[in-house]
Amino acid sequence: MNKLNFLQPDKNNLNTYLYTGVILVALSIFIVFLNSFFNKDIISFLPGSISFFLPLILGFIGLHLIRIDYSGLKFLDSINKNINTNNFNAFLSLLIVFVVIKSLPPLLSWFIIDANIAGDSKDVCTGSGACWTYIKIWFNRFMYGMYPNAEQWRINLSFIALAFLGTIGFFATEKFKKYLTLYYVAVYPVIAFFFIFFFISGGPIFFDFSYGIIAAVISIIIGFFIPSKFKMYYFIIVPITLYILLKYVFFYEELIELGKLEALEWVETGAWGGLSLTFIVSFFCLIFCFPIGLFLSLGRRSDFPIIKYFSIGMIEFWRGVPLITVLFMSSVMFPMFLPEDMFIDKLVRVIIAISLFEAAYVAEVIRGGLQALPRGQYDAAKSLGMGYWKMHILVILPQALKLVIPGIANTFLALVKDTPLIFVVGLLEIVGMLNLAKTNPEWLGFAMEGYVFASVLFFIICYAMSKYSYNLEQKYKTER
Amino acid sequence: MNIKKILPQLLTLLVVILIFGFFSYNAQVNMENRGITFGYGFLSQESSFDVQFSLIEFDGSHSYFRAYLVGLLNTILVSVIGIIFATIIGVVVGIARLSNNYLIKRTAAVYVEFFRNIPLLLQIFFWYFAALRALPLPQDTEPMFGVFFLTIKGFFVPAFVWNNLDIFIYSIIAAIISIIFIRIYARKKQENEGIQTPVLSISIGLLIILPLLSFLFGGVDASVEVPVIKQLSQTGFTYEGGIKLPPELISLALALSLYTATFIAECVRAGVQGVSKGQKEAAASIGLTPNQVLKLVVMPQALRIIIPPTTNQYLNLTKNSSLAAAIAYPDLVLVFAGTALMQTGRAIEIVSITMLTYLSLSISISIFMNWYNKKIAIKEK
Repeated sequence: MNKLNFLQPDKNNLNTYLYTGVILVALSIFIVFLNSFFNKDIISFLPGSISFFLPLILGFIGLHLIRIDYSGLKFLDSINKNINTNNFNAFLSLLIVFVVIKSLPPLLSWFIIDANIAGDSKDVCTGSGACWTYIKIWFNRFMYGMYPNAEQWRINLSFIALAFLGTIGFFATEKFKKYLTLYYVAVYPVIAFFFIFFFISGGPIFFDFSYGIIAAVISIIIGFFIPSKFKMYYFIIVPITLYILLKYVFFYEELIELGKLEALEWVETGAWGGLSLTFIVSFFCLIFCFPIGLFLSLGRRSDFPIIKYFSIGMIEFWRGVPLITVLFMSSVMFPMFLPEDMFIDKLVRVIIAISLFEAAYVAEVIRGGLQALPRGQYDAAKSLGMGYWKMHILVILPQALKLVIPGIANTFLALVKDTPLIFVVGLLEIVGMLNLAKTNPEWLGFAMEGYVFASVLFFIICYAMSKYSYNLEQKYKTER
Repeated sequence: MNIKKILPQLLTLLVVILIFGFFSYNAQVNMENRGITFGYGFLSQESSFDVQFSLIEFDGSHSYFRAYLVGLLNTILVSVIGIIFATIIGVVVGIARLSNNYLIKRTAAVYVEFFRNIPLLLQIFFWYFAALRALPLPQDTEPMFGVFFLTIKGFFVPAFVWNNLDIFIYSIIAAIISIIFIRIYARKKQENEGIQTPVLSISIGLLIILPLLSFLFGGVDASVEVPVIKQLSQTGFTYEGGIKLPPELISLALALSLYTATFIAECVRAGVQGVSKGQKEAAASIGLTPNQVLKLVVMPQALRIIIPPTTNQYLNLTKNSSLAAAIAYPDLVLVFAGTALMQTGRAIEIVSITMLTYLSLSISISIFMNWYNKKIAIKEK
């Protein structure tokens, strides 16, 4: 038997140290566990502060005893390597374990054991735990805002349809893959807009912009048959002519009257709200801010001084002010800049404001990617005879955008997290609805449940987004 | 000069001018119709509202300009508090994420993932409406360390009552100036003779000794004023004396620092990870002690990566402090772009002043950052 030296455990008396240590650690955890789960203090006979620190001291000594290098036991070695490298680390590990054990029972009892979900009024919530009945009753409002109950299928339908149309990219065959970008950049947003306009808002089939859309669609279809030599002139001239023709020549009063019949009940944007509004606002801002940001970033690197300084001014202005003042501007100052008879919907103003705001951030992120590309890429593209746009679309942007996927994802995340700010203009998305529900005299005192519920929702959305962007980053990672 | 270069620029210019012309024309027409004249004269008019919490004296008889100052100072106050705490938490968590202890690493990662994925506004609401509302009433509060009172009406902390405060401040300024000189001297000495001077211990010594001297010989003295509970009415209690930090300020500072700390933690982590292992090994192999390795090799390189994004986060924090308007903390946006705008109806002037204030702040910081980046950039031959 070798001499025992408790200050320096070694391999020779492995079993002695190990058993003593494990017993001490287990004892300390057991004391804390009993104390926190069953409210029993088995060491209460000791004087006050000692009984408080005893588990910590016991565990600390135990961890010290089992810290044996190269013990030969795989499990012990991995514990030592991961949580028990030195005294300080052992102390912190113990502290974390104890805090977790201590905080589990109150959390569990608040979330599940003492919580209520049955019933449909405040009276059932008598326990000390959470009142999930509140969430259950208000769930509809948190999801759809003040949207009429009978009409909510419209929101569901639009979202399901749009989600389906959005995932088309995963099912596309090789043949259609090359059109996907076009689809997501040009077609999908338009479809989405129509879904929102016709279904959620219940707009008339024929409205002021219809001429423009019909003109654009017709000219794009014909555009496929135009030789590429004339395409540029074609797309400058034809849509505008078509628009004018449609509006002022083929002007069928009856047709318009027919189109103005409303198939669905009109729901004004003030009544929209809840999580669905969060989705609508973030969706459109996402779609708009990316191309604007792209053009701003290209403009900032342009050789033309006017375009360059205009882009710099735009970017620095939007990046320099807080979003809340931008929304203030869109709600109180912007109407002053419009003609008396012109009115732009609150929601549209908000979407424009947030898009411009986030576009500046997107622009800076993309500029980082553009700057990171070596000059050789530009030179090589130019030496192949590519012009500015061809060079950027085919060579520069695919590489630059790939580099900045994390940055763009972060900006998009920031955008989603910024949507609650639209309370400034009186639009109530989910956080706004929570604040409204909280002040309802029948449901006072459940602020905590509401905020926890919304936090969990946002956490799931944002965490999923960040994980998805991480996957995307890994997928497109190419070794240089 | 060819047409291909000029045409796009001219078109851009034309569009910008047209849009601005359209807006300003409409603004003029609208203002004429409403009988408002454009101008900043209203700033000197008497504001007739009161502000709950202000660092300088303010009531209804003061001007709108003073209201602007009140808001600005409150914004600065909450930003400074937030920046200090965010930095402390962020650095600790960032280093914890690099720890080789699995539990510490995971805890730090959970903290970062959790707090950065929840909207800041939601966090502010949570602290203000849910967490701080659960605090006890003033009369039921147990004091912390005997002098701090955390109540539903705010956080009451003892205040210092100073005599000859100016001398104390002069002594601190003197200490700081002498520290700067000592640093310059030490650097010169190191460059010329290779001898290191223990700057840090001298600096700490100076910072302690000079203010102490001012206490002993300068006639400075300070006493502590502890808040005392006082009955206002049958059920209404409050604390008198000391400093009252309103719950709005606490929840705002708490949310801002917890939220921004997650971003700072990531900056710190990226910075420390960005220093390659070879640098540390090389430094160790030329005989530097571990402390010197950290101070002379690792930190300068890590800071070069850490500081620019961290400054950006400070700027973000300052801009995010405008969310104060949501919980009625009287910051610049609430006092000026909220109350003052409601009273005067001068949307264009007030919103533009507010935006310009934030804009000038962030542009001056970004100019400073560009200068700093140039200064610390690796000078490649």
